[in-house]
Amino acid sequence: MAREVISTGNELASMAAIDAGARFFSGYPITPSSEVMHVASDLMPKVGGKFIQMEDEIAGICAALGASMSGVKSYTATSGPGISLKAEQIGLGFIAEVPLVIVNVMRGGPSTGLPTRVSQADIGQAKYPTHGDYASITLCAGSLSECYTQTVRGFNLAEKYMTPVFVLLDETIGHMHGKAILPDLEEVEASIVNREEYTGDPADYKPYDVPMDKPAVLNPFFKGYKYHVTGLHHGPTGFPTEDAEQCEFNIERLVGKINNVAAKNDGLDDLPDYEEVDMEDAEVCVIAYGSIALGAYEAVKKLRSEGIKAGLFRPIMLWPSPAKKIAEIGERFGDKIMVTELNMGQYSDEIERIIKRNDFTRLLKANGRPIAPAEMVAKVKEMM
Amino acid sequence: MAFNYDKYLRVEKMPTLWCWGCGDGVILKTVIRAIEKCGWDMNDVCVVSGIGCSGRFSSYIDCNTVHTTHGRTMAYATGIKLANPDKHVIVVAGDGDSLAIGGNHTIHACRRNIDLNFILINNFIYGLTNSQTSPTTPQGMWSVTMKRGNIDPTFNASNLAIGAGASFVARESMIDPKKLEKVIVKAFQHKGFSFIETLSNCHINLGRKNKMGSAMENLKWIDEITVPLKKYEALSEEEKLQKLPTGILRQVEQPEYCELYDRVIEAAQGGAKITRDDFNKKL
Repeated sequence: MAREVISTGNELASMAAIDAGARFFSGYPITPSSEVMHVASDLMPKVGGKFIQMEDEIAGICAALGASMSGVKSYTATSGPGISLKAEQIGLGFIAEVPLVIVNVMRGGPSTGLPTRVSQADIGQAKYPTHGDYASITLCAGSLSECYTQTVRGFNLAEKYMTPVFVLLDETIGHMHGKAILPDLEEVEASIVNREEYTGDPADYKPYDVPMDKPAVLNPFFKGYKYHVTGLHHGPTGFPTEDAEQCEFNIERLVGKINNVAAKNDGLDDLPDYEEVDMEDAEVCVIAYGSIALGAYEAVKKLRSEGIKAGLFRPIMLWPSPAKKIAEIGERFGDKIMVTELNMGQYSDEIERIIKRNDFTRLLKANGRPIAPAEMVAKVKEMM
Repeated sequence: MAFNYDKYLRVEKMPTLWCWGCGDGVILKTVIRAIEKCGWDMNDVCVVSGIGCSGRFSSYIDCNTVHTTHGRTMAYATGIKLANPDKHVIVVAGDGDSLAIGGNHTIHACRRNIDLNFILINNFIYGLTNSQTSPTTPQGMWSVTMKRGNIDPTFNASNLAIGAGASFVARESMIDPKKLEKVIVKAFQHKGFSFIETLSNCHINLGRKNKMGSAMENLKWIDEITVPLKKYEALSEEEKLQKLPTGILRQVEQPEYCELYDRVIEAAQGGAKITRDDFNKKL
């Protein structure tokens, strides 16, 4: 039995976090993500969790990382400028392998940009938010329901792969108010993944002594497993090292535990990494994600009513991208592909990278306004 | 019987990376002695450090330790403490880390009165990165970024903490570890944020170019500029400018943040609402 609620994307993200087992939120107010924080402040104490409004964006993520490394599932929420400020700490999350969900409700940038208007221009930032080498996991909600389900998934992936995970919303979907169908709480609870814990002799515990492509095993603090967490390169015990072989292994493992695993298993979990609509007999493929996909559903319907067999491919797991599927689309549709997004082509570039061609159409906008279905219809007609 | 430090140290990490004669080692031993005095179980202690020479502090103490990014110790520690209010969290950071790049987090931790124990190791310079001016480098001294003499006015770190509302503020130097230990024990026992400004030497990167190139010369200078609070108060305003008072500079009882948050949980779960009266209408 599914649940039906009337809510907003931002509120649903925080409801999901609590249901997924998060018991700590810290952050700093920023438009258009603040409601994620408002709901956290209200719900956390109800379930005995902790909420704290920190003095700035940097502290907002530091406290969440601190709580998470001590063993409490944590998250933070922000928008583009906040991610820019949090960048260095996200790097600590990557290298020290601290699970964390970061909800980014995207607005126009760069800099202060367009605080109250929609954008999808933080896609590239989500892939490479900080200096150094690592691989990012980034989910993108395409509906109100997904603001909930992808946030739950974000926590599960963070715990499974011991890494920060981005859940991307955008201003439109974050502030959209309407009906959302949510999975039952029992179903959510049954899906919860908790980080692995070492239960052997504390004297033998080496949190980072794991093979290639495997995540670290970080025990909760204060339970007799006394280890060291650092943002420096470290060896199996967690203590700093500059050993060339070790450092190379560290980076290969950080990237491999996500990218290699996703390539090998065709994804990082059993949930869909993309949605396909009317793709069976489609002759032209529209690629859209986030709130823009909502317009794309309409565009595909309209095109079909006018006799053009259009289909929609909507990536949900943006990073690592569903590359195998995208390659198939590239082969099947040739130049009859239209990528539409609210930036200057950040995901189009990923499509180009995978299909190794640049003969497809891009319908892009970066002025804080959405892309109307009519604009998509017109562009597809130009292609046919 | 000699004090057994091994119980608290990661002995395999010895000797430390600190320079010969550095005060950080004395402070490390003093913190350990204070932990023992308080009877804390090392399974209940977390030490958080930042970047700089003092950043290595966390790797030498045997408990759950975190070596964070530059300046952010207090924010990481706040998360660890709020998530685990019954545990002891010790923060160790230098003057550059906690007063420059991390100044904002320091003042807000003071304001919040969260029960962190902050050991500020003030050696008046960026030591690890070779002698750049820090917010406590005295005016007129040489630094590699002020080779003609530093013109930057200094922070009086303890006054900053008092101004920001820290409920326990003390200043001591590591010259007298016994005295320092007593103050740290009091800080550890204090409920609320405690700020212990610990003056230390960096004869290598502060001293050599400022006519105190040996540890002893640097310590002598620290001895000269410090005076117990009572004596300090008797000084003329002019004399006060050249001295830093030592001892417990402020200790007041104020509601501790984690305990206050328990009231939030209570209120959220149907208990009494929090009102201005809970704080005596304090502004």
